[in-house]
Amino acid sequence: MSSERDSKAAHIRHIMETEGDAVGANTRGFNDGRYESVGELEDYDALKDEARSIKEDAIERLPHLVDELTETVEENGGTVYLAEDAADANEYIAEVCTDNEADRLVKSKSMTSEEIEINEHLEREGVEVVETDLGEWVLQVADEAPSHIVAPAIHKSREGIADLFNEQFDPEEDLETAEELTAFAREQLGELIRGADVGMTGANFITADSGTMALVTSEGNARKTVAVPETQIAVAGVEKVVPSVEDLQPFVELIGRSGTGQDITSYISLLTPPVNSPTVDFDDPDTPVADGDDDREFHLVLIDNGRMAMREDEELRETLYCIRCSACSNTCANFQSVGGHAFGGETYSGGIATGWEAGVHGMDAAAEFNDLCTGCSRCVEACPVGIDIPWINTVVRDRLNTGTDPELEFLVDGLTPDTETSGPGIQKRLFGNFELLAKVGSTVAPVSNWVANAGPVSRVLQRAAGVAHDRDLPAFQRTTFREWFEGRDRVPPIDPDRRVVLYPDLYTNYILVNRGKAAVRALEALGVEVLVPPVPGSGRAPLSQGMIDTARSKAERVAEALGPYVADGYDVVVIEPSDLAMFRGDYERLLPEESFESLAEHSYEILEYVYGLLTNGADTDGLTLADGDGETVAYHAHCQQRTMGLDEYSVAVLDACGYDVTTSDVECCGMAGSFGYKEQYYELAMDVGSTLEEQLRDADCDHVIASGTSCTDQIGDLLGEEPSHVIELLAPDGETT
Amino acid sequence: MSNQHANSHNQFAAQVRSYGVELTEASPGAVADAIASAIDPPAVGTPLPWDGVELPDGVETDPTPADIEDAATGVTAASLAVADYGSIVLRMDDAGSEPVSLFGDLHVAVLREEDIVPDMEAAFEWFGEQLRETRDSAVVATGPSATADMGSLVQGAHGPKRVEVIVVR
Ligand code: SF4
Repeated sequence: MSSERDSKAAHIRHIMETEGDAVGANTRGFNDGRYESVGELEDYDALKDEARSIKEDAIERLPHLVDELTETVEENGGTVYLAEDAADANEYIAEVCTDNEADRLVKSKSMTSEEIEINEHLEREGVEVVETDLGEWVLQVADEAPSHIVAPAIHKSREGIADLFNEQFDPEEDLETAEELTAFAREQLGELIRGADVGMTGANFITADSGTMALVTSEGNARKTVAVPETQIAVAGVEKVVPSVEDLQPFVELIGRSGTGQDITSYISLLTPPVNSPTVDFDDPDTPVADGDDDREFHLVLIDNGRMAMREDEELRETLYCIRCSACSNTCANFQSVGGHAFGGETYSGGIATGWEAGVHGMDAAAEFNDLCTGCSRCVEACPVGIDIPWINTVVRDRLNTGTDPELEFLVDGLTPDTETSGPGIQKRLFGNFELLAKVGSTVAPVSNWVANAGPVSRVLQRAAGVAHDRDLPAFQRTTFREWFEGRDRVPPIDPDRRVVLYPDLYTNYILVNRGKAAVRALEALGVEVLVPPVPGSGRAPLSQGMIDTARSKAERVAEALGPYVADGYDVVVIEPSDLAMFRGDYERLLPEESFESLAEHSYEILEYVYGLLTNGADTDGLTLADGDGETVAYHAHCQQRTMGLDEYSVAVLDACGYDVTTSDVECCGMAGSFGYKEQYYELAMDVGSTLEEQLRDADCDHVIASGTSCTDQIGDLLGEEPSHVIELLAPDGETT
Repeated sequence: MSNQHANSHNQFAAQVRSYGVELTEASPGAVADAIASAIDPPAVGTPLPWDGVELPDGVETDPTPADIEDAATGVTAASLAVADYGSIVLRMDDAGSEPVSLFGDLHVAVLREEDIVPDMEAAFEWFGEQLRETRDSAVVATGPSATADMGSLVQGAHGPKRVEVIVVR
């Protein structure tokens, strides 16, 4: 196990060193472009909702739509072949080539064709296959796999491509600039397209009503691939069918913006094949094209390859809504560091690849990289069809958790009273059962902290459970937040403005106790009655390890504990953003509707609540205000807090209290729960964090503050000093012990 | 001319220009001259489908594969344009408008002002009706062809490097 983790760490390190810079620059560029481009849309959310409901409806009615499409295409003069799996599709396509005596097939970019590995199959059958998309062609020449679903060669630099071409083709003059490389490729590929017998494309969408397929491209190679040869083959997953032409509109508006940040790509081909354009027969160069006696042939190969089973699978079904725009890759902090060669499976890459790989290639293919999704949730708001990508990752992780470390399990058994029926690995169980670890750790603190971080024990933890040796484990506090609260002498306000249950999340209770104390002082200063009853952990830790059963039983106990207070008119205030994200989001999948809704509705993030109090007339006088001459604050909001749109409350309250705030704009700090503690991901986590470190250092402010526990740990490791929580800066001074 | 048309026209003009596309306006009778001064020879083209709007001499309208290959310019009609994206709609036809608009370094598109619609919603209503009825094919083209696959953005990948639009009004 430990050596498996070592080799994974080595693989990730290698990819970061060789491809990290190119991938990072490109994906961040796409991601920034996305924010800008969708920001220009007046009705962005409405378009996303429309896109989502079109997909929901289409997948619901898929068998019917496939029938309708088949009829339509046949009416148009084409053929539809429904391929059960990759082998079936490949055989059919090879047959079409044989029937056409094809020596060469030219292709435009298609991930689905990569999924079935048609190139390899046709080459074996003696058909030359040429990728005409420039990025795909580079990879074909280099014999490499795509590192991104939309821009397949983003891991290659211009210099790398120039070296490759100069070596492979030995041109008269060495190629150097992007213009030279493009012109060279255009010429080479132009020649190859001229002599092609068959053109193959993918399809981004296909409409059942007219048999029109939409192809979203920029280079013009797909247009040539269709226009020149007489025979066209389109390869598409069954999930690409939508009911009507009008349904294409929201996707056309969203796909380029979401992916590479272009408002629209150069070409949206709307092909209703066989197309009514004359073939361009370069073997007969002097007959006007309009006079040719064309007999265009069209084959639509619709691929099932596991999709119909995904449709029946309640949890994986959402994957089929994916339009493969790549937003979830570009917005992902881990993907930005490593790209698809580490964060990807056999065909697909990025967060949603877990769903695709599990569905089309099987669980083993998804297992390889599924850990790289940390559940930060930044992709959810970026996804144009609103897929809960982290949830798909959680589900697949849960299904993968079959006991793999029998001989080591006894070591943590005592610390892992989970309700998992199958056995997640020891590392997952250690982090998944953080609650008990914290309880025990706190009882024997500070000895436990000293022991855990001391050489020998730290090394055992590393060997057995893969806890990165370079990380200091969180320091448990001897007096928990709740114990402090219970032991206070205080008179509850007689006529409070509001009544609050402050949720003692595990981190606040056992580790970051000061932020809990600060929250109590701040709320009381604003005229609120505060209670801190015993409530169990939210289940975030087990959920992040894919231990859904354990998470569900935690959720039930939280609802049991908080329910009566909510019924009694208390608001629930939460300090840890990842726990609030549970209450407002994940609990929907773990609890009965009613208990989910009442808890979600009455839960607030601490600064969101303070903001509400201030707008309802509370006075900032009770808080610690900035001194007169522009006290500055560098603030990093938690990833899930940003997805919930709550970071702005912290900024607004800081502002109201006179602070001059600079916010970071990285998607995630890199720690993401326990991810950055894992030995095999430590270096990746630090690489992701390096951007944040740079921003925080550049801001050069009087205070560095953060909202989440993970971010606090990570920034502590990056800067050598732990940041405090927003509420600690703002709360009135008080006892700190 | 209605207000809406004027708005769409202005928005379209601003958008296409932002993609580096040149836009000229011409009355029906002046279109031939406008095309003549836009093209780089040799030029191929497909006949314009509107009465009183002609291609200039010197544009080969019944091109062979060799003509298409050698042409520096392709001239075709655009059937529709989308104002807020600066997109033009190129419909495929038996005359070969698709290859003619695709192979040359310069594509000159001729567009009637009244065929500019405000947005994608309007465009897709039109597509819905047209494509269900005729089962034709078309390309929504926005700016020249482009690629970022070679290390930085380059205009003119497999398709035209430059696009010019002549609006007939
Ligand atoms: S999951 Fe969503 S964001 Fe990711 S590629 Fe698919 S559609 Fe795009």
